[in-house]
Amino acid sequence: MTLNEERLLIIEPGRSDQQYWSDLWRYRGLFATLAWRDIAVRYKQTVIGASWAVLRPFLVMVVFTFIFGRVAGLPSDGDVPYAILVFAGMLPWFLFATMLGDASGSLVANTQLVGKIYFPRMIIPGAASMVSLVDFFISFLILFLMMLWYGFMPDIRILMLPVFIILALITGLGPSLLFGALNVRYRDFRYIIPFVIQFGLYVSPVGFSSSVISEKWRLLYSLNPMTGVIDGFRWCLLAGESNLYLPGLLLGACVAFLFLWFGVYYFRATEKSFADVI
Amino acid sequence: MTNIVIKSEDLGKRYLIGHDSTKGRYQSLQETLLNQLRRFSRSARDIIQGRLHVDGDVVEEFWALRNVSFEVEAGSAVGIIGRNGAGKSTLLKVLSRITDPTEGRVEIRGRVASLLEVGTGFHPELSGRENIFLNGTILGMSQNEIKSRFDEIVDFAEIEQFLDTPVKRYSSGMYVRLAFAVAAHLEPEILVVDEVLAVGDADFQRKCLGKMNAVAETGRTVLFVSHNMAAISSLTRSVLMLDRGEVIFSGPTEQAISKYGSMTQASNVLNEAGQKKKGDHTNIRAARLLSEDGTPLATYLPGNRFKIELEVETDGTRGLSCDLFLVDEKKMRTALGSMSHFEGSTLPLEPGVYTVLMTFEPINLASGQYTIDITTSLVNHSWDHYIENALSFEVLYSNAAGLAWDHRQEYGYGNFSLTFALPTLITHVAHTEY
Repeated sequence: MTLNEERLLIIEPGRSDQQYWSDLWRYRGLFATLAWRDIAVRYKQTVIGASWAVLRPFLVMVVFTFIFGRVAGLPSDGDVPYAILVFAGMLPWFLFATMLGDASGSLVANTQLVGKIYFPRMIIPGAASMVSLVDFFISFLILFLMMLWYGFMPDIRILMLPVFIILALITGLGPSLLFGALNVRYRDFRYIIPFVIQFGLYVSPVGFSSSVISEKWRLLYSLNPMTGVIDGFRWCLLAGESNLYLPGLLLGACVAFLFLWFGVYYFRATEKSFADVI
Repeated sequence: MTNIVIKSEDLGKRYLIGHDSTKGRYQSLQETLLNQLRRFSRSARDIIQGRLHVDGDVVEEFWALRNVSFEVEAGSAVGIIGRNGAGKSTLLKVLSRITDPTEGRVEIRGRVASLLEVGTGFHPELSGRENIFLNGTILGMSQNEIKSRFDEIVDFAEIEQFLDTPVKRYSSGMYVRLAFAVAAHLEPEILVVDEVLAVGDADFQRKCLGKMNAVAETGRTVLFVSHNMAAISSLTRSVLMLDRGEVIFSGPTEQAISKYGSMTQASNVLNEAGQKKKGDHTNIRAARLLSEDGTPLATYLPGNRFKIELEVETDGTRGLSCDLFLVDEKKMRTALGSMSHFEGSTLPLEPGVYTVLMTFEPINLASGQYTIDITTSLVNHSWDHYIENALSFEVLYSNAAGLAWDHRQEYGYGNFSLTFALPTLITHVAHTEY
């Protein structure tokens, strides 16, 4: 038997650090399989299956359009039908919310894997986030149907949309990693996260345009990174009827990256004890 | 070039256990509040710094592994044995990188696959086919490897018909067969296996053991944890024995097994705490479990004689008998031995203290723990002095002949002693189709 010197693996306290990122790449097959599993089982044994991905945001959109548009009488951006304004904001919000909800609980849901198999643990919340992306693309179809219905067409700016999708993912990933890691030891976060998501839905400009916020408070309001993401989505999709508040977007992106950095840092710091405490 | 594939130096793993020093003590409200506040601020500090947080204000160290050093040569099969809590599983977890050691260092050359449990990651909602791919990837196989072995896996598991059924509808036997089948088709350079053979029915266990044997014979390195001494003795040439986190023996399998046997918790002297009923006419004063040559016995090798020596005091009542129950791990009485009922003798009519020596003919017992209830009985069949768990012993493996498969208690009390005559040919058959 010949031995491959390159395959020398050294296990020492605190050692796994150096090979972490290359390991993450080596385990991409597992990442794909876990993502596929989460997607495959998501709507198993439900009657209407993936329609749930459509129904949830659609119903919220109907309610928000009625309450914010009709009852509160808030203005839309330019000539955009209020329902489209709401739905364009709802898309990134639901992407963020499902991701945070699923990914932060994913480690605990996969206790068996964490306790019995080695792999870079970031794969689990990462794979869980992929599910929210699938839901996102399904509900995207609804937006297009609505645009057809209202006869409202986006312009060339829609090409910028991938940038904001990525920004939305980054915004979601930071807190997902942080809460996911915290959840392993402190199950308190299981109760905190739904609250954060519910609260965030009203704090972020989902049901209304961020232009209703007065100039004075706009920058402070942009500290919520989802504000920038939602504004970005509206800017891309609403054919220039919606303005992009650039300082706010940059500030939000900085906050998102700060969260991502802290999420990764915290995850890495606690990861090695996951198997012991989960 | 060295041939060592695993080299462990002073490996240690520490766990912290927290205690609450104030628990159960009277506290004033002010004290309680202060303690809560202190605890809260400490938790908050631990969370923010990403440190492991331990409940309670007194933290105790517990070393699950300490100073563990050993070497494993390429192509060898090494058994790891020890009592529950000896650190075997922790060692496997460290070697498979699931948990970080606290101190020491391990060098491993080659691809490691660890099998700490069968069916890790199986998803109940997915079909058998999907789970083969899922579980295979989790165990470290590539998609192509799984595809090329797919048919073999299905064959091995014997689940062809149910490939597209969600595994939550599988019987537990099918589930385990499928799970093991995937694991058995892993082909890493180093295979680390925890007690996974303790699943499935007897037939399937034999099949698994055969598969493990085949893996070991192809020159792959196997680390194998088991309580099943028959499996250890048939699969491995050398053994690492752990006790309370430390290596207490490392060497040839036969020596290790006999040493393991002598460490057993079995008790060959009377356990007086087991007294259930005091005797009116008799008193069992002592009891010893002995091997045929009269040495104390703690582990019994099926196929040999053994003896029990009792010291009994009697008041001379007519028809008193000494009886024994053999009790298995599930507390089921599996066999009765009796002076009067089967042998037609009784204790002497002269009051006094007597030694009663009983010799047992060889019994082919299943492996596992046994206890013996000792009792004296009156002629009307009521118990006089009754001592539960009076003696205990262990059968390390059922197979005195040294065949691989170990017959454990769940498959019955023991096996028959059979003598086979050579099969005689009745007639030649041209083709064999059943």
